[in-house]
Parts: sequence; structure tokens; C-alpha cells
Amino acid sequence: MKTINVSEITKNIKEMCIEANHFLTDDMKCRLDEAVTKEESPLGKQILGQLQENLEIAGNDMIPICQDTGMAVIFAEIGQDVHFEGGSLEDAINEGVRQGYVDGFLRKSVVNDPIIRENTKDNTPAVIHYEMVPGDSVKLTIAPKGFGSENMSRVFMLKPADGIEGVKDAILTAVKDAGPNACPPMVVGVGIGGTFEKCALLSKKALTRNTNEHSDIPYVKELEIEMLDKINKLGIGPGGLGGRVTALAVNINTYPTHIAGLPVAINICCHVNRHAVRIL
Amino acid sequence: MDKHISAPLDPKVAKELRAGDYVYLSGTIYTARDAAHKRMYEALQNNEKLPMEMENNVIYYMGPSPAREGRPIGSAGPTTASRMDKYAPSLLDLGLKGMIGKGKRLDTVKEAMIRNGAVYFAAVGGAGAIISKSIIASEVIAYDDLGTEAIRKLTVENFPMIVVMDSEGNNLYETAIKQYCN
Repeated sequence: MKTINVSEITKNIKEMCIEANHFLTDDMKCRLDEAVTKEESPLGKQILGQLQENLEIAGNDMIPICQDTGMAVIFAEIGQDVHFEGGSLEDAINEGVRQGYVDGFLRKSVVNDPIIRENTKDNTPAVIHYEMVPGDSVKLTIAPKGFGSENMSRVFMLKPADGIEGVKDAILTAVKDAGPNACPPMVVGVGIGGTFEKCALLSKKALTRNTNEHSDIPYVKELEIEMLDKINKLGIGPGGLGGRVTALAVNINTYPTHIAGLPVAINICCHVNRHAVRIL
Repeated sequence: MDKHISAPLDPKVAKELRAGDYVYLSGTIYTARDAAHKRMYEALQNNEKLPMEMENNVIYYMGPSPAREGRPIGSAGPTTASRMDKYAPSLLDLGLKGMIGKGKRLDTVKEAMIRNGAVYFAAVGGAGAIISKSIIASEVIAYDDLGTEAIRKLTVENFPMIVVMDSEGNNLYETAIKQYCN
């Protein structure tokens, strides 16, 4: 049994909010470097160069990479041998988000109600996904999600008879419809299987996976490679202004599903695919 | 073709811009996004005055992150323009000459642009840090309670953008994709 004071959670979430909004992970920087060499469109190359420069300025001058510093999505994987003390875990996470967004000069983009729409002025509440896992540690992943790309995400409830070809069509449809709105080059997170909400969660989590790695499942790995190639033949390109690099990576997660269904979710992220991970 | 232009836009210059032109903008522009557009639209329906003149002006669809001390603004890249499509035609009919954002527009916006000789520019989405360097002053002029969605008057210098839709209805998003689609 390990005891963690929730103030530790607040402190780490605060730091991670600021970190994720100013620095991308190394794999994302590699994808961008590769994109510059792959891109054939002169305007596309110019835009990719600006994105690289943008990352440098963001880190050096502490200006958020993108002004949409997102709604804070948090995955909390909690070891079942962990005991929290000092208050509510959920409150502690939201307090971390509040401190990170206020003290870190991040944009407050959350409204209190989807219809009434008053800004909460501290970017809370976060969207938190808890998962109980064996062990005595806590893994926190924060993925601030901008809504230019979130708005272009889709769920398709396919039929089993649609099979893998149906999945491919769904992915291409979502990316084509997203086009310039989603700030390409994008990262495409896909969830296949589970239920209506499970596939959406799988696709969100897929975006946080290291883009240097592929799925362990052979056919899924092949699908990731094939879909990246197909997406990059759509011609959308950087900024949607034409080119060879429309997506930087396709990450696919799967889960068992029902005999009657084939749910597919496509969560689109822009090139600012932000996340920070810490294990306590 | 690279061009240097100033805002407010000269109607003659706006008419001459073509989809695909790379443009550097200097002068005064205004920010407005979802909530500010809704308020301006409601103001027009109630025959009230808008917070700024539309005639020959440029609206930048943008809500910045807060400025750190000593800086005019925080991260300041474009937001998706299509969410303003419901409101844009009324503003164009009042003389709005330019819109800066990213992403596709509806045909109703295109028609209003042709009717009024206006231009839609794209700034690079997700490049808010680098774009902030071309904004040299920022002042909230209306709807302060909306926070990041308030209307700001910006002074910009060599603000980089690309003409996506021109006043003749040409659309770079549609033409450029065809070149690399195979």
C-alpha cells in the first residue's frame, strides 16, 4: 500500500498543463522533421518550416504552441494499492488544472454549460478518465485538446459485414471532411470495437501513444501504415493548402466488441498533438 | 506572389488579390470569434450600433492566450472560420473587406464576398507563437466580459497570411488539393 497526498497530484497536474502546452514530445518533433523532407509542395514546405520555428519560439519564449490551449483531458491510471489522503482526488486534479491555466498564462476555453456558455475563467473542469490497474503507482497523462480538430472527429457505428474496408472508408471520410479545418498535418487516433463510448475513448487514448511505435497486433500495425499512406495521398497537405503530408501518424487501438457491431471512432488531432506523462 | 498590403483594406487592392497570393498585412485589424459574432449579430437585429465600423475593415477570427508581462499578446493563431459562417454575410454586406481564419467556408459566405469585393485569408493554424510576433499592440474595445472572446483592436506588422478565397470566388483549398491528390 502506498499513500499519496492529493497535493502531489495538484502540483504535478499544474506543471504538466504548462509543459504540454509549450513543448511537444520528441517523437512529434521527429514526425515534423520527416514531414519537411517528404513534402513536395513549396507552400507546404514553407508552412512546415513555420511550424518548426513556432515550436522553437514556444519553448524559448514560453508562448503556448497554439492559442487554443485546449480542454484538459486527463487519463489517471490508479494502482489498486494506492491510498489517497488530504482530500478529494477529483478536486485535486481540477485544482492542478486551475493553477496551471491561470499561473501558466494559458487560455481559458471552457464554458460552464453547453447551452448557457459562461466561461469558467480557469479552464476547469477537466475531462478525467480513471482506470484501476494493479500495483501501487499512479500514471497521469494530460492531453490538452484543441477544438479545431476535436470538432472534426467522428463516430461510425458500422455493421460487422462492413469489415476492415468499412473501417478504412470511415477513416478516410473523417480526414477528408476535416480537411483544412483540423490544422493539418494531423495525427489520427482511431478506436475500433467496444461500444459507442468505448471506441471514442480508445481513439482519444490512441492519440497519446508514442508515434515511434505501432500496435502490437500485426493486422492493426499494417492498417496504421496503410492508412497513413492513403491519407497522405488525399492531397490536403500542410494547412490544407495542398501537399503530400496530410497526416503525421495514424494510431489505432482496438477492443473486443458485440456480435452485432463494429464501432469505429476517429479522433482527429492537429500537428500540436500535446501530452505529458508522469508516474507517481 | 508575395504582396505587402495594409489594413483597413483599400477596396481596389482587395479586388486585385488572388487565391494563392502570399500576403503580409500591416495596420489595424479587429479580433472576433464565436461569442462576439453572436453579440454583433444580435446587435444588428436590434438595430443597435456595432463596436467598430465594418467598412473596409478586417476581422481576425482569433482568441489569444493571455499575454505575459511586457508583451502585447499571448499565442495568437487563427480559429476555424466556418463557425462564423452564419454571421459573416451580414458583416460583409456592411462593408467588411477581409476575414482571417482557417478552414472551409459556406457558399453563402462566398456569395457575400463576391457581392462585396471581400477576401478570405488563412493564417497558419497551430502557429500561434510565431504569429504573435507580428502583433505589436492589442487593446480590448468591446465585450470585455467574454475574456479571450472579447473584441480586440490589433496593430499588426507584416502579419503572414495566404489568400484562400478571393473576390471572384476562386478557392485555393479546392484547387491546391487537386495538384497533390493521387
